[in-house]
Amino acid sequence: MTSEEAFDRGAFGDPGAVAGLASEIRKGAERLGRPVTFMEVCGTHTNAIAAAGLRRLLPGSIRLIAGPGCPVCVTPVGYVDRAEALARRDGTTVCTFGDMLRVPSSTGSLERVRAGGGDVRIVYSPRDAVELARQNPSRQVVFLGVGFETTVPTVAAALDEAEATAVSNFMVLSGHKVMPPPLRALASDPGVKVDGLLCPGHVSVITGWRAFTFLPEEYGLAAVVAGFTPTDVMRGVRDLVRQVAEGKPEVVNLYSRVVTAEGNARAKSLVERYFTPEDQIWRGFGAIPGSGLGLRQTFAHRDASLIEVDVCVPVEPEGCRCGEILKGTINPPECPLFGRECTHESPVGACMVSSEGTCAAWYRHERLSLGGTP
Amino acid sequence: MCLAVPMRLIRREGDAGTLDLDGVQREVSLALLPDAQVGEYLLVHAGYAIGTLDEEEAKITLQLLKEVAGHSEARHDF
Repeated sequence: MTSEEAFDRGAFGDPGAVAGLASEIRKGAERLGRPVTFMEVCGTHTNAIAAAGLRRLLPGSIRLIAGPGCPVCVTPVGYVDRAEALARRDGTTVCTFGDMLRVPSSTGSLERVRAGGGDVRIVYSPRDAVELARQNPSRQVVFLGVGFETTVPTVAAALDEAEATAVSNFMVLSGHKVMPPPLRALASDPGVKVDGLLCPGHVSVITGWRAFTFLPEEYGLAAVVAGFTPTDVMRGVRDLVRQVAEGKPEVVNLYSRVVTAEGNARAKSLVERYFTPEDQIWRGFGAIPGSGLGLRQTFAHRDASLIEVDVCVPVEPEGCRCGEILKGTINPPECPLFGRECTHESPVGACMVSSEGTCAAWYRHERLSLGGTP
Repeated sequence: MCLAVPMRLIRREGDAGTLDLDGVQREVSLALLPDAQVGEYLLVHAGYAIGTLDEEEAKITLQLLKEVAGHSEARHDF
């Protein structure tokens, strides 16, 4: 086998292997003899499951639900309100990943602020925002730091570049979040019934799979770290069923082609240099202690949350049940707005706006099987 | 948002890497992966290489998948 073949993305989606795994999962589920619920906590998993139609290959006794895996979706309205206020401020340019643009704020969205003349730019990388700051020394360039452990190191590296090259007008509005605290919150919530977790593959590239050992050790939950092809997800489900059946929960790393036990040490140390744990609000959960990463005081000159702007009291969209969807207590079709008032073309809640959102994934891929109209 | 794409490192100059995927080339920062070697497949996220793909592990996984596919009775359903 050549190295090209080893990274052939098609090979990891081999339909024959998916069918073989589905058959093994069915057998495992029969032996188990009781219904089980597994949660994925990564928007890319949510999309992969929906796009490949994997739910339809699983027996009825295995339920897959999505948790708080979409960083844009869990970002509270108050953060978007502040970003908007910054975008309206004279001399300020707000840079963001594209997914944030249409997320509803209390009064509109960043897209509307931009239409009204606010300077909002979509960037592909935080580095692009540093470059923009370098080219526009008279403007304050604020990067919207929204993301989990995978993304935070890229923002830390951008800050490091700005520090090293004395780009003084680059700042970050940090809404960064880390996964373990909300997973602990879910695991100890009696209203959330989960037997195992499909742990996020690319978060684990940074953190290492050992970051999730608290799930089996402290909460008795089965756990696998999985990649994002159909075979990756199906292998994950097969192993979760096995762990539950054997009553021996552990963390199994099925994404060993990129995930190690300890993760990316350089990335972790850069994050540590610039950020420190802080309490953060998650949509659906409220404030979770230590679940966010704020800029260290040493770097207060980079901290856009210290810029004084007028913000209103945050207002969530009326009737929107994103909060329950993010906790996995309901699936999108159970929300009365889903597919009616709330569509991909005209989204009400963040879970429909973001391409990674659970509602967006269901709307794009699962609607027809629910009897909806295309 | 945690989407990451594997691309092959074809050139590097300090922290500036040129990566290739099916002929499409992209300039990517290696600041988070200072030991990346030319020829390796790297995982790219938001303009930064964040991880290295382990060839041996990938091959083992593919071998396991071939075995599962070989045992599949439902193969012809697809």
